[in-house]
Amino acid sequence: MVLERSRTGVIAGVDGAADAAVDAPAPKAEPAPDPAGSVTVALAQFYPRLGDVATNLAAHLTTVAGAAAAGAGLVVFPELSITGYFLKDQVPEVALTVDSPEVGALRAASREGGIDIVAGLILESDQHRFYNASLYLSAGEITHVHRKVYLPTYGLFDEQRYVAAGDRFRAFDAPLGGRTGHTWRAGILICEDLWHPSAAALLARQGVDLVICPSASPGRGQLQGEAVGTASSYDVMTRTYAQLFTTYVLYCNRSGFEDGVGFWGGSRVVDPVGAVVAEVRGAHETLLVHRLERSAIRRARIAYPLLRDERNDVNDAETDRLRRRHARG
Amino acid sequence: MSTTPRPIASDADTLAVDAPFVIELLRGFIADGVRKVGFERVIVGLSGGVDSALVTALAVSSLGTGNVVAVFMPYRSSDPQSQVDALAVCDSVGINAKIIDITPQVDAYFERFPDADRTRRGNKMARERMSILYDHSMAERALVLGTSNKTELLLGYGTLFGDMASALNPIGDLYKTQVYSLARAVGLPERVLTKAPSADLWAGQSDEDELGMRYAVVDQVLHLLVDERRTRAEVIALGFDPTDVDSIVTRVRGSQYKRRPPVIAKLSNRTIDREFRYPRDWGR
Repeated sequence: MVLERSRTGVIAGVDGAADAAVDAPAPKAEPAPDPAGSVTVALAQFYPRLGDVATNLAAHLTTVAGAAAAGAGLVVFPELSITGYFLKDQVPEVALTVDSPEVGALRAASREGGIDIVAGLILESDQHRFYNASLYLSAGEITHVHRKVYLPTYGLFDEQRYVAAGDRFRAFDAPLGGRTGHTWRAGILICEDLWHPSAAALLARQGVDLVICPSASPGRGQLQGEAVGTASSYDVMTRTYAQLFTTYVLYCNRSGFEDGVGFWGGSRVVDPVGAVVAEVRGAHETLLVHRLERSAIRRARIAYPLLRDERNDVNDAETDRLRRRHARG
Repeated sequence: MSTTPRPIASDADTLAVDAPFVIELLRGFIADGVRKVGFERVIVGLSGGVDSALVTALAVSSLGTGNVVAVFMPYRSSDPQSQVDALAVCDSVGINAKIIDITPQVDAYFERFPDADRTRRGNKMARERMSILYDHSMAERALVLGTSNKTELLLGYGTLFGDMASALNPIGDLYKTQVYSLARAVGLPERVLTKAPSADLWAGQSDEDELGMRYAVVDQVLHLLVDERRTRAEVIALGFDPTDVDSIVTRVRGSQYKRRPPVIAKLSNRTIDREFRYPRDWGR
């Protein structure tokens, strides 16, 4: 495990080099979409400099280019990758709007690289609310915005003091850089959102093939074993959601330290039967590249038709009953 | 001295540490914390004891021998064996120690206050060492590493603005018994691992005599109270001596002021550390 910051702001290493897409020559721009519907993705396990938007943005653009060169149709950055995590009173100082030049630079990078980008930032609304958000950018446009719904405010976390909560979990069509001939539905859950299974279930009900989880998870808890307490929790959650909702899960955690708190990395790809198919062993900065097979989703849903069998009618009826009871007090 | 045995067999495990994992994390913590503030080097006050020995070994492992300045600062009443042990630690990690005798400056001061008791003298020595470390910090462009462990910090068993002062503390979240586990794993000299813990402010001083309890017991009680948030009654029900438990609770509460910055009188709308909240790594 290497926890040191890359002083160049460039993620040099590539994990998952055994993957054919990495070994193959870099495809030129606008490759033909894969008719089988598969696509290569990259998880950027990145160490943002706290509060330094310009440096972090530059590192994003370099990494996006590297991921595109590796043939990826999507590169995912961790939670608050543009700003760093323990911002405290810096939140309004580093906040960006959707029409800011910085978001514009990310949009341009997605267009020029032919690669979609998920990046984390403090997003300021017209009403001057500040959200912990992740943007999905594709072909120069913002395809989707997820504002973190569950803001941890306990233990070492204090998010509700500083940011506003999002109010929706929405699935969306992910173009994946136009590199796949199949429509993939995706949803984003940011870090603590993952700790609420209803959030993943709401995405699954909308039909998702890809749950993208940008994270800034500090290592803490048991000092026993490489799996710090939090790491083992995320291991369980990512595998469980992937298996129960027969979907790929892309978990992208950050690296580095802020005020002595170390982020444990461990970014991973979990396939639709809950198997970890690619993983960073440690907290170093790296780009994890892996090819997602459309056929793996099909096979999982043939073997485990859980989504087909989901009783949304029962779920709705019971939810309605509880809501009515709640309304009665 | 309490003779409370370890009441819970399994509790030995709750204080167990995965040494390779924790060492790797602390190496990263030191390198990151030093470099992000523009330093390359660190300075550590060596006492001959296990805490400063572990911090020195971690620092050398993290930054290399050329980037760690170790300073041994004896007083005339210090146990001569402490110097032997401190130098053995330096040998084992491949660095030299500076030896700075604090006797002249301490004695010069107390010539003017000859009635000062042992506690005042001990605190003064700790603060003289701190001022020397910070002076050499400037001279050597080396950040001061702290050597207070979680047990000492929680009990308040340290001198405010003395040995408690530092820029970065790699071991402040490790109990004393966990410090020993790591010290063994990094291969420190056997004597440092086996001798009785002491502040060494005077000959024969012993931490466990002064505390009236063994670290093995204190650490288990602190872990239950602080980390597991068990109540006093629950801890006693687990078999710990109520006198020990109360003594620990009283010490932790009574020393809270030592773990906080000074209190600022609230006047404006944005008082430092109350509404004015920035991370320490602001701009780093």
